[in-house]
Amino acid sequence: MTVLVALPVLLPLLAAALSLIVMRSPRMQRLIGVTVLTAIAVIAGVLLAESDKHGPVVLQLGGYAAPFGITLIADRLAALLLLTSALVTLAVLVFSIGQRITDYGRQTASTAFHPMYLMLCAGVSLAYLTGDLFNLFVAFEIMLASSYVLITRRTTAERVRASMTYVIVSLTSSLLFITMIALVYAATGTVNLAALPEKIGELDPGVQTSLGLFMVVVFGIKAALVPLHFWLPDSYPTAPAPITAVFAGLLTKVGVYALIRTQTLVFIHDESWTVLLVVAMLTMIIGVLGAIAQNDLNRMLSFLLVSHIGYMLFGLALFTVIGLAGVILYVVHHITVQAALFLTSGLITRHTGTVSLQAMSGVAKAYPLIAVLFALPALSLAGIPPFSGFVAKIALLQAGAAVGTPAAYAVTAAAVLTSLLTLFAVTKIWVGAFWGKVAEPHPDPDPTDEVTVGTGSTSKGMLVSTGGLVAVSVLIAVFAGPLADMSERAAADLLDGGAYRTAVLGEAGGE
Amino acid sequence: MTVNLTMAVVLAGLYAVGFYLLMQRSLMRVILGIVILGHGANLFLQVAGGPPGEPVFAGTALIEAMVDPLPQALALTAIVITFALTTFLLALAYRSWALLGHDEVQDDVEDRRIREAERRREGMDESDEPDAEAAEAVAGFEAPEASEEVPR
Repeated sequence: MTVLVALPVLLPLLAAALSLIVMRSPRMQRLIGVTVLTAIAVIAGVLLAESDKHGPVVLQLGGYAAPFGITLIADRLAALLLLTSALVTLAVLVFSIGQRITDYGRQTASTAFHPMYLMLCAGVSLAYLTGDLFNLFVAFEIMLASSYVLITRRTTAERVRASMTYVIVSLTSSLLFITMIALVYAATGTVNLAALPEKIGELDPGVQTSLGLFMVVVFGIKAALVPLHFWLPDSYPTAPAPITAVFAGLLTKVGVYALIRTQTLVFIHDESWTVLLVVAMLTMIIGVLGAIAQNDLNRMLSFLLVSHIGYMLFGLALFTVIGLAGVILYVVHHITVQAALFLTSGLITRHTGTVSLQAMSGVAKAYPLIAVLFALPALSLAGIPPFSGFVAKIALLQAGAAVGTPAAYAVTAAAVLTSLLTLFAVTKIWVGAFWGKVAEPHPDPDPTDEVTVGTGSTSKGMLVSTGGLVAVSVLIAVFAGPLADMSERAAADLLDGGAYRTAVLGEAGGE
Repeated sequence: MTVNLTMAVVLAGLYAVGFYLLMQRSLMRVILGIVILGHGANLFLQVAGGPPGEPVFAGTALIEAMVDPLPQALALTAIVITFALTTFLLALAYRSWALLGHDEVQDDVEDRRIREAERRREGMDESDEPDAEAAEAVAGFEAPEASEEVPR
């Protein structure tokens, strides 16, 4: 049973190597990718059921006892996010295959895409499953290194600047991550996440706070919190639609996951953290105002992404069970919805040939299916009942009101305001892109690049995968009850931390 | 643990130089900044392991005299990663130079939008086609002189 924990990391890594070997056969590459990601989804489901029933599933790599070896651990939170990520990566892969076949035919091979995509999935899985701070760094590097390749494939002059920003900012944050690990190791002598809380607790409160803040900065750059968000709206929109979708859906959320994991497990917070509340409020408001100012569909969606990271931070900053339960619901909802929105944006721009909201019009009349595929996740993002966004937002707002301090009330109010402004922003997209007369598509400005806008053709694979993601986001709302219960149990685990420590270190560690 | 003053000064120097170079306008200097910052971070991992000691081979020295091996393992991993990513960054910088013909880091898209808006407000007579300019600014790309041969 415990070996299952290693499979979501091992399978895509091996598959990536295999995918390189068979690169002459596009069909084999596609088969490998889809099979492996489906397998991960199944394994994640099993892990979720197992960890919910019998507690965290732990594997000590190489048989070294914790805290000396590397630990892989799947608790409720990790398994739940792994399952969501697997479904999203699978949908995006199918979309991407569909797009490739539509544009270049069945027989063309894209050498780097499949191996790199699988590496990315391996990195994401490892980031969720690892129980070791340095291993988390390695997971981030696997994920980011493949994302560098994916974002810089066939760069044009226009995209090289954006990807350069992305690579340099990510590298800087990685180097800060190493520095943070060095500081933590110097102070405590361990990098095992389960062994850290006890050692950290013995430190001077000032040192504790500075280490905690350092972690917020390191993971904040990856998660795009507001003073550290500037790179995201610059770089994400320039990549091809499926790449943007998986980056927007997953990479920032992995940063949020690392924040949640370290701030609940490693540092003990008994009450809400005002600094984090203020950052959450700034992230929500500045993000959504940035979105409203945009005229470019993808940039607008990127700013909305930044804005909604604020909600997750808000729930975390409260440090209550219902707050964290809200965050977990929100992360699950947001991964699917944001990826679905970027995929739909890819579909839209294929027909309009432009990302400018002023230049496009009449998509609703010409392509009603795309309009539906956009409307459902967009309404969900804005938090309109009965969609998944509403369920997640209401949980967060309740948590904010339950804490009841002035700061918590202020952020709750900001969350409601951001929700309304988000609705305004998606309405702006709707009015610009979907209403009006059907416009002639603009021709593709650069047919040689990977960003295929204005080709005017979509295939079933693309529509089905986008539809599948939208269906998942609707299912989240349908099964909101069981999911909320699950989130609450996961949140209780997180705040308590005892089950995690016992699972890794044995009975002695759980005290 | 005791702190070695020389190491602390060297680390401070590496970090300071690294961050200074990172904030420069030329891409090559930014990359050098990343490289130096990487050296600083990797050295820091080493220093975090405490003072130097005997090598970790069973039976060759007293356990108390041995050095902590874990930071060395971590630093080795980190060095490999920074090395690989530096190579990638250099390749990317070369591509950037080949496509753009210079190695200046370009302005932020939003900055350019604001500048265009400001320019339009100041003198409508200078810009004959404000819409086209705005569209270009939104697209976020001003075509610079590309070099003659573009290696793909």
